[in-house]
Amino acid sequence: MSLLRRYLRSPAAVGGLVLLLLVVGMAFSAGWVFPRDPLSLAGRPLQWPGASPRFWLGTDNTGRDIAAQVFHGARVSLLIGIVATAISIGIGIVVGALAGFYGGWVDTVLMRVAEAFQTLPNFILLLVLVAVFGSDIQTVTVAIGIVSWPPSARLTRAEFLSLRSREFVQACRVLGMRDARIIFREILPNALPPVIVYASVIMATAILLESALAFLNLSDPNVASWGNLIGAGKNVLRVQWYVSAIPGVAILLTVLAVSLVGQGLNDALNPRLRSR
Amino acid sequence: MRILSLALRRLAASLPTLLLILVGLFLLLQLAPGDTVDALMAQMGGGDPAQMEQLRSFYGLDAPVLVQLARYLWRLVRLDLGFSAIYGKPVSSVILERLPVTLLLMGISLCFAFAAGMALGVLAARRANKWPDALISTLGLIFYATPSFWFGMMGIVVFAIKLSWLPAGGFEEIGTGATGLARVADIAWHLVLPVSTLALIFLATYLRIMRASMLEVLSLDFVRTARAKGLSQTGVLLRHVLRNALLPGLTLIGLQAGTMLGGSVVVESVFNLPGLGRLAYESVVQRDLNTLLGIVFVSALLVISVNFVVDLLYAKLDPRIVADR
Repeated sequence: MSLLRRYLRSPAAVGGLVLLLLVVGMAFSAGWVFPRDPLSLAGRPLQWPGASPRFWLGTDNTGRDIAAQVFHGARVSLLIGIVATAISIGIGIVVGALAGFYGGWVDTVLMRVAEAFQTLPNFILLLVLVAVFGSDIQTVTVAIGIVSWPPSARLTRAEFLSLRSREFVQACRVLGMRDARIIFREILPNALPPVIVYASVIMATAILLESALAFLNLSDPNVASWGNLIGAGKNVLRVQWYVSAIPGVAILLTVLAVSLVGQGLNDALNPRLRSR
Repeated sequence: MRILSLALRRLAASLPTLLLILVGLFLLLQLAPGDTVDALMAQMGGGDPAQMEQLRSFYGLDAPVLVQLARYLWRLVRLDLGFSAIYGKPVSSVILERLPVTLLLMGISLCFAFAAGMALGVLAARRANKWPDALISTLGLIFYATPSFWFGMMGIVVFAIKLSWLPAGGFEEIGTGATGLARVADIAWHLVLPVSTLALIFLATYLRIMRASMLEVLSLDFVRTARAKGLSQTGVLLRHVLRNALLPGLTLIGLQAGTMLGGSVVVESVFNLPGLGRLAYESVVQRDLNTLLGIVFVSALLVISVNFVVDLLYAKLDPRIVADR
């Protein structure tokens, strides 16, 4: 409870939480507020926001309702963000735990692999993966998870290095527990908090990566994602700039919300750091 | 000299990483549907199977995968990146044509982001927890959350279309035949928007790191000593705190070199700059896997060399690093 109270004391963290809940609300209500397919023709193309009472955010260059795409886009962005983050953290935890717990050559090999991933620019590796495996939404999500695991592996490894020689671990060994149980049931829960906080950074990056990919027309064209809409608006940027501007604001606010919540959590978990 | 040998040792340690990357990518591309011959045939509008077999053995594509891998690595050792079927010339010359634009864009953005991030970070740390700090930190958060391509597009709308102050894209005015200083000025003019777009995200990160590390260093004992001996606040900041606080920022340059290369793919696409990033995008669209592989190789080399330079600077800034060895 004191965690919650500490979290709520920071206005920025509360603001972020409200914003995030708003986006989540949009994602959940999308099917109910805009029951029609957001990618279907809705009306005359390129109507400015407010020009028609039916389309309060206007229509894009192929006559699709922008408001509907923004609502359904919240779904896509959050889903990609959450799934990609889960994949990336999952890989990171397993690799980091093994490397930190066993040390020696296991550590050397795994950290070499992590270094290889970190030497390659994320986005360029993402381009290669999309070029090889295609660009439907599942592939893109998995690919984003794959390119962003090394930092969480390093974080988990660092925690494991400091925890593996503690007394409770020695006690587990004396009790005759198997390694897998010590790693995942005993040490991991203690190593998780910093990784969980870092998840907000991964999620923010994942949302940005997908939108950049969609902007380049390399993501799934059959889903109503914000990046796709910005990409579509590129062709009418000179006059109807609102087509690109509106979904961009949506991305900005979502990423901002995720970062603020992550920072708030971090401050609440490490109250000593806040005074600095 | 010891600095150099230390950095060279770090450089040698990155060779296995490079090898791992190349082998991994080569195997990955084996999974891609279609090979160079398929791409060539598609360009020529189809051909008979006998001819395709002939071409495959010409390019060595009928050999076992391991043999192909060994040949590929041997070619890379001689800096031969293969032939781009799409552009009709060696991949290395295609990449070399595009590289300067990207290096220029990245270099200027990095300097700008580092300098501005440092200045803002120092400013925020000096007024920690007062309104200038709050304002700067909020701006940093917003910059961090902005998708770079979107920021670039909005820049085009405001500065190129509404105000017509700056060009909307391209690297230079084509057909003016300007040389010397006039050409430099023209290119600089075209790079204002792309550079600010690319620099913005990194500015946000540097600003945060600088602020945190300034606050960290400010609480150390030697700062109190410096104050006690009567140095002014500015003197303490510039001579003692800044040098120590710079180190995390420097580390970040090495860590973010790759992110910046990735960012230039998007920025070059927004502003139609003929750079490496745009080439990467085009080779994905045209399924020119040879070129794509070459770009990945070159960008890994770039990241490694940036880290080499960072190591050198690091040891220069903090002599203890060399002395410890």
